[in-house]
Amino acid sequence: MAEVLTHADSHDDHDAKPHGWQRWVYATNHKDIGTMYLIFACTMFFIGGGAAMLIRLELFSPGLQFFDPQFFNSLTTMHALLMIFGAVMPAWTGLANWMIPLQLGAPDMALPRLNNLSFWILPFAFTLLLASFFVPGGAPAGGWTMYPPLVLQTGAAFPMLIFSIHLMGASSILGAINVIVTIMNMRAPAISLLRMPLFVWTWLITAYLLIAVMPVLAGAVTMLLTDHFFGTTFFTAAGGGDPVMFQHIFWFFGHPEVYILILPAFGIVSEIIPTFARKPLFGYEAMVYATASIAFLSFIVWAHHMFTVGMPLAAQLFFMLSTMLIAVPTGVKVFNWTATMWKGSLSFEPPMLFALAFLFLFTIGGFSGLMLAIVPADYQYQDTYFVVAHFHYVLVPGAIFGIMAGVYYWLPKWTGRMYDQALARWHFWLSAIFVNVLFFPQHFLGLAGMPRRIPDYAVQFTDWNRVSSIGGFGFGLAQLLFPYLIWKCIRSGQPIGNRAWEGAHGLEWELPSPPPFHSWTTPPSDAVIARGAEH
Amino acid sequence: MLPEKTRPGWSGALQGTLKMIREKLASLVFALAASAGALPVYAESGWNQLNMTRGVTHISREIYALHMKIFWICVVIGVVVFAAMIWSLIAYRRSRGAVPDVTMVHNTRVEIVWTIVPVIILVVMAVPAAKTLIEIEDTTRSELTIKVTGFQWGWEYDYLDDGVAYYSRLDHQSDAARELLSGIDPTTVPHYLLNVDHPFVVPVDTKVRLLVTGADVIHSWWVPAFGVKKDAIPGFVNEAWFKIDKDKPGLYRGQCAELCGRDHGFMPIVVDARSREDFAAWLKQTAAAQKQAAAPAAPSGAAAGTAGNAPAAAPAVVAAAAGPGSS
Repeated sequence: MAEVLTHADSHDDHDAKPHGWQRWVYATNHKDIGTMYLIFACTMFFIGGGAAMLIRLELFSPGLQFFDPQFFNSLTTMHALLMIFGAVMPAWTGLANWMIPLQLGAPDMALPRLNNLSFWILPFAFTLLLASFFVPGGAPAGGWTMYPPLVLQTGAAFPMLIFSIHLMGASSILGAINVIVTIMNMRAPAISLLRMPLFVWTWLITAYLLIAVMPVLAGAVTMLLTDHFFGTTFFTAAGGGDPVMFQHIFWFFGHPEVYILILPAFGIVSEIIPTFARKPLFGYEAMVYATASIAFLSFIVWAHHMFTVGMPLAAQLFFMLSTMLIAVPTGVKVFNWTATMWKGSLSFEPPMLFALAFLFLFTIGGFSGLMLAIVPADYQYQDTYFVVAHFHYVLVPGAIFGIMAGVYYWLPKWTGRMYDQALARWHFWLSAIFVNVLFFPQHFLGLAGMPRRIPDYAVQFTDWNRVSSIGGFGFGLAQLLFPYLIWKCIRSGQPIGNRAWEGAHGLEWELPSPPPFHSWTTPPSDAVIARGAEH
Repeated sequence: MLPEKTRPGWSGALQGTLKMIREKLASLVFALAASAGALPVYAESGWNQLNMTRGVTHISREIYALHMKIFWICVVIGVVVFAAMIWSLIAYRRSRGAVPDVTMVHNTRVEIVWTIVPVIILVVMAVPAAKTLIEIEDTTRSELTIKVTGFQWGWEYDYLDDGVAYYSRLDHQSDAARELLSGIDPTTVPHYLLNVDHPFVVPVDTKVRLLVTGADVIHSWWVPAFGVKKDAIPGFVNEAWFKIDKDKPGLYRGQCAELCGRDHGFMPIVVDARSREDFAAWLKQTAAAQKQAAAPAAPSGAAAGTAGNAPAAAPAVVAAAAGPGSS
C-alpha cells in the first residue's frame, strides 16, 4: 500500500498542473470538478432556499403583504427549478465525481474533458435562468412542470427557460455518460459489479435513468418552443394538438427524475449505516435488485401525477397498481437498513444522525406516497399542500439530508481534516426539528383543503401556515451553519488519518486524506480490495 | 388496522372500547403538533384544520373512509417499523457495550416474508380503492347536466338543457381585500377568498353530471365536500358527477386546483345546494329572466381573455351570497 502511494505521489510532480484560475476553468481532475459541482450546488441551494424563504414570508399571513401574485408564482417555479436542477442534481454529480474513482480504485473519471464541459455548462444555464427575473414579464411563473397552455403565456423569459433546460439536460447527460463509462471500464480488476459499493451501484442506475429521460424532457420543451415561436400546435387543442400529451411526456421524464434525485441518497445511507453500526450491510444483493426494480417501475407509473386529467378507468387502475408496487422494493430497502442496525454496535456521529433522520422521515414520505397512489383519495389530495408535504418529505429529509450525510461522511477524506462535530450536531438537530415544523403541518393544510401554488389563502389556514413558516425560517437559518462548518474544517480542522471513522470500509479509506491528485495511479492490490471493499 | 374480530360474548363492549380508543388515537395523532392546551383555539381560523372532510355525498364519504383506512394501515406499519428502528437505536448502542453480530448479513426467509407481506397489504388496499374508483367513473343515469368552463380567472356554469348560463367570480369584498397591501384585514371579510358573486346553484338528491372544460389554460374544479376534482382542459370535455345528500342543502366551497396564472389563488367555487323544489323554482325564474334580459346572443363559450365581459343576464341570478357584479 505504502509503496503504491509513494509511487502515486512521486508522479504528481511530473504533471503540468494548471494553477490559479486555470486550475478550475481548465479542470480535468475529478476532485477539482467534484468540488466545483458541490460549491455550485451549495450556491444554488441558498438561492433556491432564499426563494423558499420569500414564499414562506408571504404565506405567513393571509392577505398579500409583499409580492404580486405573478412574482409569487415566479418564486415557486424558480424555487423548484433551482433546487432540482441546480442544487440536488449537481450535488449528486459532485459526489459521484469525488467518490466513484476513489471507491473503484481508479485514477480519475474516464472522460475528464467531458467532465469539464458538463460542469461548465451549468453556470451558464443558471445565469440564463436567473437573469429571467430581470426581463419583461418576469421569471417563468407557470410552475416547474411547465404545463401548456399556461407556460406559453410566459413573457420574454420563455426562450431563456427553454434554453436553460436544454443546457441543464445536456450537462446531466454528459455527466451520466461519464459515470457509466467510468464504472464499466475503470474498476480495479478484482471489483466485480456485485462487489461495488452501493453508492456506485445507485449512481450507475441513476445514470441510466438520466440518459433515458433527459432527452425526453428536451423533446418536450423543444415542442413548447416550436409551439410558441414557429406555429406548431403540438399541445394546442385549437390546432389539433393535445395539452395533456405534454403532461404524459413531461411525467415520463418526471417520475424517473424523482428517483434520479433520491437513488444516490439510498446509496449513501447504505454506506453510512454499516459504518456506524459496525456491521456489514444486510442484504447487499437485495439492495441492488431493489434499486434496479425501483428504477424499472419508475418508467411505468408516470400518470399518477395526473389522475385528475380524465384518463380512462383502465389507465387509472393500471397506474394506481403500478405505483403501489413501488412500495415493495422501497420497503425492502427500509427493512434492510433496519436489519443492518439490528444487533449492531451503534454510535451517532453527524453522518449517522443525518442517515437516521433520512431513514425515519423518508419513510413518512413513503407513507404519504402510498396514500397518494390510491386514486379516489388522490382526487382529494391532488394539487394540495398534502402533495407539497409529501414531496418535501422525500426531497428535503430524503435527498438533501442524504447529500449532507454524504458530505459529513467524506469531508474528512476530502480535506484531510475533521470538522467540528459538536457544531455539526447542532446543525443536525436544528435541521431535523425545523424540517418537521416546516413540513408536517402542510399535511394538515392539504387535507383541510388548501391548494398548492397559491400566494394567499382563506383565514382558517392561517395557524398552520404560520407554524410552517416559522419552521421554514428556522430551517433556513440553520443551514447557514453548513458552509461555515466546511470553511472552518478546511481552515482549522484537526488533521486526520486515512480512515476517518473506525467502522468505515471501502477503498476510499485506504487512500491518504486528502487523497493524492491522481487518486489511484495503479489499481489497488487484491489484498487492499479485500480489506477495503467488504460490504 | 386494529383487530375488530373478537369472541361473540363481549364483542359489543370491546368493539365500542376499540372504537373509542381509535377515535381518541386519531385525534391525538392529528393534534400532536397542535399541543392544544398552550395555543389559542379560534372558531374559524384554526388549529382544528387537520383532516379531510367527510363531505356530503356518498362518494366523498367513501373517499374519506378509504383515506382513513390507508392512514391507519400506514400508522400500524409505521409503529412496527419505527419500533424496530428505535429498539435498535436503544438496545444496540456502542456506548452500552453492544457487540456487533457481523455474521448477520442475509436471511432468505425473513427477506421473503418482508417482500410478500407488503404485497398482501397492498392488495387489501387496492381492492376497495378500485371499487370506489369504478363507482366514481360511472357517470350514467345522471338527471341534470351542467357544463363548467374554467377561465382566467373564474368559472362559467351553463345549464345545457335549460337555457341558463352565468359567470362566477371572486366576490367584491375578497377581491378588494386581496390587493397587495390593501389595508383590509382578511379576517374581517366573510369567507375571505372562498366567496363568489354568483354561486353555482344545484339541487340536492340529484345525480348532477358536470362537463368540465377550460377556455384558455388548464384549471381544475374542486369541491372537497363532494369529493370531486376534475381538470378543466381546453379542447377536452371531462366528466364528473355528484349527488348531494337529500338532507344537506347549503353552501359548499372549493377552489381552482391547477395553477392557471396570476390569479390562480383567487378563483373560488361556491356551490349553493338547494332542495329539488327550490332548485326547480330558481331555474325557471332564472331562465325567464335571462331570456328577457338577453338579446339572442348565446351566452355560452367564454373565450380567452373575456374575464371582463360577464353576460348581462348574470345579475338575475339570485343567490344567498350574491353581491354586486365583480370587476
